[in-house]
Amino acid sequence: MAPNAPAVDDRVARPVEPVDVAHAVPERHPLRWVATVVVAVLAAQLIHMLVTNPNFEWDVVFQYFNTESVGRGLLTTLKLTVIAMAVGIVLGVLLAVCRLSSNWLVRLLAAVYIWFFRGVPALVQLIFWFNLSALMPRVSIGIPFGPEFMQWETNALITPLLAAILGLGLNEGAYMAEIVRGGLMSVDQGQTEAAQALGMSRTRTLFRVVLPQAMRFIVPPTGSQVINMLKATSLVSVIALSDLLYTVQAIYNRTFQTIPLLLVACIWYLVITSILYVGQSFIERHYARGSNRNTPTRFRDVLKIRRKPVLPTVEVPS
Amino acid sequence: MTAADQPLMSARGVRKHFGPLEVLKGVDLDVHPGEVVVILGPSGSGKSTFLRCVNHLERIDGGSVTVDGELVGYERRGGRIHRLSERRIARTRRQIGMVFQHFNLFPHLTVLGNIVEAPAGVLREPKAEVVKRARALLDKVGLADKADAFPRQLSGGQQQRVAIARALAMRPKLMLFDEPTSALDPELVGEVLATMRDLAADGLTMIVVTHEISFAREVADRVIFMDAGTVVESGTPAEVLDRPANPRTRAFLSRFLPTGEPAA
Repeated sequence: MAPNAPAVDDRVARPVEPVDVAHAVPERHPLRWVATVVVAVLAAQLIHMLVTNPNFEWDVVFQYFNTESVGRGLLTTLKLTVIAMAVGIVLGVLLAVCRLSSNWLVRLLAAVYIWFFRGVPALVQLIFWFNLSALMPRVSIGIPFGPEFMQWETNALITPLLAAILGLGLNEGAYMAEIVRGGLMSVDQGQTEAAQALGMSRTRTLFRVVLPQAMRFIVPPTGSQVINMLKATSLVSVIALSDLLYTVQAIYNRTFQTIPLLLVACIWYLVITSILYVGQSFIERHYARGSNRNTPTRFRDVLKIRRKPVLPTVEVPS
Repeated sequence: MTAADQPLMSARGVRKHFGPLEVLKGVDLDVHPGEVVVILGPSGSGKSTFLRCVNHLERIDGGSVTVDGELVGYERRGGRIHRLSERRIARTRRQIGMVFQHFNLFPHLTVLGNIVEAPAGVLREPKAEVVKRARALLDKVGLADKADAFPRQLSGGQQQRVAIARALAMRPKLMLFDEPTSALDPELVGEVLATMRDLAADGLTMIVVTHEISFAREVADRVIFMDAGTVVESGTPAEVLDRPANPRTRAFLSRFLPTGEPAA
């Protein structure tokens, strides 16, 4: 504004008292203090109950926590989780790609698979696979409606472990397919076009361009699925596969120490879940690479940062 | 016709429709080696769609596109025209570079990773050689120090220059620019145009869809004006921009050159 506009200038030119907000009094939250006290009292009650209630039988919990049979059950649970999840993820990626295919037959088959395996409860599928021999006593390879080259007894082929892997893995594949499909669709179409314009094949575009970007959207729900799977493996106790739950059940059926042994199982499930949770956050950080303007963090870099404080102590004294 | 006269890109009667909407109604265009052709036209005139037909990102409904003597997306076999497989089309596309309005850099790869990906992965050239070439290209577009940055850490103009380097790394015979400066802040347009000017000076064959009239005037060997799915006017920048014969061209240009231009 021109300097000869007196009315306005007067007001602007009035000296302003200097203010520095750096030492402002912080906002008070009295209700938070009340809530904290209430939660603390409740927590104290809970801990008191855990410690003093003799029905928990903590001595029994500790007695069985590290036993060999529980360890073996835990290993079976972990093995089953890893294998069934691996089957589920591979199937899921394949099915997701099929659902997005340009071939209608492939699209239809994938849709039917997902419809069926999501629609039938995992428990029913488990029992079904376990009892497959009742449906077809023998399995063979040969020419359709013609001679058979090889054949097996279904009962010998489908062990409880294989039934469990099939039941849980095939079911998981259907869920993973939808998760992967959602992830693939979240990647901008321009990425595919850029890859095509560079002469990349469809497969290469998928694995080098689209899938790595989709991972950011695939990993969090997959983490939930892994935890679900860990717990869903407890279903296999119905087909007499000795996983963690089946093992503790076998013990308390003998000793009638139901609560403490279930606690053993609970604590182990929670321990594994916690480890998985940490692993997931590392994987998420890896795939967040380049997704914002901050310094990129790679899996390797995170490890490096964690290791740094240790380095000086490793120095060899000369 | 001698080899030198043969056009590098030749479009004949290219037609394309999206549903009931006819976007291209028979486009003819020849681009000769070393030529810079700028396509102007109002939005919706089909110029971007035409560009995407040249490297078969869009399948054409009629006519033909030939690049370096080869049909794009099809082949003549036994007196009939057959559609090529995805794999063969991908091979054709390797000779044609494309720069997009929204850059479309791969955000999960570093700048260097973006440039190296296709030559190393698709052409299977030795990695060390490709990296060397990529660094030289980054130097050429003035971003030698950004090799290890991720795309989202760069400005729009820098991203677009990386995208140009990425396309050049395939050593294309022909470069397509689809409104390369339309998504940029005004102060960043200049750096991208300067890079493109350098490429034109190097003798690269380029087809550029743009709204930058000054770039067309300065750099283009030929200016094409498209409207409603056809080529309305074609000629040297002086002919099309200063003495447009067609009323539609005049109407379009009048929005860019409000006063003082000799409007015939």
